[in-house]
Amino acid sequence: MKLKPFRLSVLGLSLLIPAALGAVVLFLAVYSAQAVSFNGLDFISGITWDLGNLYGDPVTVRGVQVPPGANYGILVFIVGTLLSSFIAILIAVPLSVGAAIFLAEAVPAKIRPLLSMLVELVAVVPSVVFGLWGIAVLIPLIAKYIGPGLSAMLGFIPFFAGGNAGGGYGLLATSMVLALMITPIIATTLLDALLQVPKENRESAFALGATHFEVVSKAMMPMVRSTLVGGIVLALGRALGETMAVLMVSGGAINIMPATIFSPVSTIASFIVSQLDSAEQDPTNMAVRSLAEIALVLFIITLAVNAGAKLLSSGVLNVRNNKR
Amino acid sequence: MSATTSAKSSSPKRSQQELRRVAVSMAGWTVCGLALFMVIGPLLDVVWVVASRGISVFSIGLFTTVTNGTGGGLANAIEGTLVLSGGALLIAVPIGVGAGIYLSEYGSNKIGSLIRFLSDVLTGTPSIVLGYFSYIVFVTTLGWQFSTLAGSITLAILIVPYLARISELALRQVPVSMREAAYALGANDPVVVFKVVLPGALSGVITGVLLALAISVGETAPLIYTAGWSNYMWNGQLTHSPIGYLTYVIWSFINQPSDESHALAFAAAFIVMLVVLCINIGVRLVVKRTKFI
Repeated sequence: MKLKPFRLSVLGLSLLIPAALGAVVLFLAVYSAQAVSFNGLDFISGITWDLGNLYGDPVTVRGVQVPPGANYGILVFIVGTLLSSFIAILIAVPLSVGAAIFLAEAVPAKIRPLLSMLVELVAVVPSVVFGLWGIAVLIPLIAKYIGPGLSAMLGFIPFFAGGNAGGGYGLLATSMVLALMITPIIATTLLDALLQVPKENRESAFALGATHFEVVSKAMMPMVRSTLVGGIVLALGRALGETMAVLMVSGGAINIMPATIFSPVSTIASFIVSQLDSAEQDPTNMAVRSLAEIALVLFIITLAVNAGAKLLSSGVLNVRNNKR
Repeated sequence: MSATTSAKSSSPKRSQQELRRVAVSMAGWTVCGLALFMVIGPLLDVVWVVASRGISVFSIGLFTTVTNGTGGGLANAIEGTLVLSGGALLIAVPIGVGAGIYLSEYGSNKIGSLIRFLSDVLTGTPSIVLGYFSYIVFVTTLGWQFSTLAGSITLAILIVPYLARISELALRQVPVSMREAAYALGANDPVVVFKVVLPGALSGVITGVLLALAISVGETAPLIYTAGWSNYMWNGQLTHSPIGYLTYVIWSFINQPSDESHALAFAAAFIVMLVVLCINIGVRLVVKRTKFI
């Protein structure tokens, strides 16, 4: 085979992408190795994150030097991440399904591009700008109206009690901002799928005497259900890794499990940003290594979710091709 | 469509069940319309709030003076954002476009699909994970400290997969017959790519570069622990010296007590949002006109 220098050089450039990904995983793994052996399984089941006495003489525990009293447990942040993303999905799915249906079927074709562009633009607004809007608009709204209102209606359930705790910052604010950021992902995925439903299916439903809304909800939605699930999982992947907006509105809890929807929370991503400053003070470096372990955990969670989304969406393609 | 209209006009007497179905449909459309409003409404409110509060503090001084602890101008942050994003593009564009060339021209094989898959994985990796990676590698292990280069490399890692994917899509739009014609005239690989395919797909590649620029201008999390923050103009050093950027102002100044700090945060947010939205709207308008992608 003849050697082709040009092809080899562009291949080399493109291999830099997997190389960067490999380097990220490798360096995080190597750097956190000591923390992994020190923390063991308590890392993901413990709820106490304590840097220990940073000014005391380091003690040797399980073969590594750590500040006295140091204990690294991240269950609180895992729960905060999963819970806030889950509630965000609960809010975002009905909104984006409704929006996508309205865009696909009720909006005149002439203004559909404009409106769908607006929906797409929600996705490109930087996270930190959403955080700023959250602080300036959403937090006061939650503290004054949404929080007390929710408590008044659902306060008999302990999870919704105490509507003005935390002055608006907390799980609800986090979930609402996250929901806002992920709706365009679900909505545009669903919109594309709805626009691709074959004309024959719509027309046969109409011919059976279904109202327009019944055509959409009973004939078209079942066809795009798996695409919808793929879009939701993709949105979940985005919500899990979201950092700045969460950091700005979550209230930042440490060592305490969220008790109600108004409790302050921390997600894995926001915790990394908020803690690195203090972790740097640790002379044994174990805190920084433990943060690397957290980053690794976050990477693994999002990788699993994104791989799930990919599998789901590739499965969808097969089904659609088979049907044709 | 005709089915519904005939059902509506056929008989004035409707059965109980039919009335209920029509009512449910009406309610369904109302709920869907409200949902659309609740998706777009917050976006318009974000733009309105940030624009109105941001513009009100615009002055010449905002662009000529540097930040101090609580207020001042944004000159250092604007310059820093330009330097960091420019640096990221300098690193990422050759790699991303090169990867796009490989994937579109020679990548219809196992290696190509593996690179595509891993590139998607990198796209899905949370930006804070990339930031933390850069922190432990460039900032501490290599000892660059908070620096321009560490920030730019982090942003470059973040945007390379987008560039590769969009470049690949753009290059694939160029008809195969043009490549065949060039090869038939005796052109070799680089000539075909650089004289025929790349010029044909230039608008698409530029689209990708602009979108990557928008992403890098709006990023915060991966920069906090790689670029650091500085109240002064960039001193031209690539390592061992932190640099300011606009998104940091938004994040940190809104948490300070004074109104002056808040005003500065909104001004910074307005500039960032303006750049990001202009790029994205512009690209979408152009893309629609040329029917690209």
